[in-house]
Amino acid sequence: MDESSLRLDGNACAGLLREIFTEDVTAASAACASCGAVAQLGGQHLYGYPDGPGAVLRCSSCEGVLLVITSRARRYRLGTPGLAWIDLEATIDPQGR
Amino acid sequence: MAGTAVQRRLSWRLGEVVGLVEETPRVRTLVVTVPGWPGHRAGQHVDVRLTAEDGYQTQHSYSISSPPEDGQRVSLTVERLDDGEVSPYLVDEVRVGDRLELRGPIGGYFVWEAETTDPLQLVAGGSGVCPLMAMLRHRAAAPSRVPTRLLYSSRSLEDLIYRAELDGLAAADGGPEVTYTLTRERPPGWTGFARRIDRQMLAEAAWPPERRPLVFVCGPTSFVESAADHLVALGHEAARIKTERFGPTGG
Repeated sequence: MDESSLRLDGNACAGLLREIFTEDVTAASAACASCGAVAQLGGQHLYGYPDGPGAVLRCSSCEGVLLVITSRARRYRLGTPGLAWIDLEATIDPQGR
Repeated sequence: MAGTAVQRRLSWRLGEVVGLVEETPRVRTLVVTVPGWPGHRAGQHVDVRLTAEDGYQTQHSYSISSPPEDGQRVSLTVERLDDGEVSPYLVDEVRVGDRLELRGPIGGYFVWEAETTDPLQLVAGGSGVCPLMAMLRHRAAAPSRVPTRLLYSSRSLEDLIYRAELDGLAAADGGPEVTYTLTRERPPGWTGFARRIDRQMLAEAAWPPERRPLVFVCGPTSFVESAADHLVALGHEAARIKTERFGPTGG
């Protein structure tokens, strides 16, 4: 079985992402640092979850690694090797106005 | 602000099974009432957690098939995967009155709101129809008359989930157009599609790209990727196609 038949969508790890970000971020846009493609996190390619030791989100355009989440001993480690940016909704006015 | 703290972390809730619907020989719907359920959007899922007597825990995600309008009654439609840890229990063992631990709703990406005015195209493979059913039920309850088509691939007529309800929705005034394709077995006299979804079928049975539909595709990973590739090749914008892959075996 090749790896592509195991992949899911970022939306499938929405619960895990919410553990870390405390808000749903699957509808948030993110840019790939490798190819520059912008897409919602929920539509990126997900590997290794839920049956692996963590989750790897790859760019749906170029398969560059955007995000890596591992968990151990009640801690999460979030790596962002190929994430240029993520666009999040503010719940307060960031400028404090 | 004191007293108005928003509970942002997802917490596990204890729901009670209040109804069971045998959908097909392999698929059952569990209707669960969840006290304090915050409400959901059509297309979202929940995590269900089972705990064995020795404390071993396992969890799995299930799409919600009921519409937001059902309030605290949440329906989960589960297909039995013979090698699964959770689904054989949910399909074969759970009885009315049992309690289930779940958390949700989860996922803000694969959702459809009835306020949307773009035509809606749904493409389902097997139990991938479950979150799409939440959208169709939401559309009917809203009510919305957005032009809607469902193309639903199933192994056989008896494996079609929600068939009677889908046929009823399709027959109603302003209802969705529903097209089935049966990939493995056909009843005598079947005149509908009888093959896996391909480009030609999508060209015939789905909205053309000129209508700029919002597209939701759900099913096993290989099904979803094949359907999405064909849709892009037909001229649909990739950004308007949302996918929910169930993995190699389905949900």
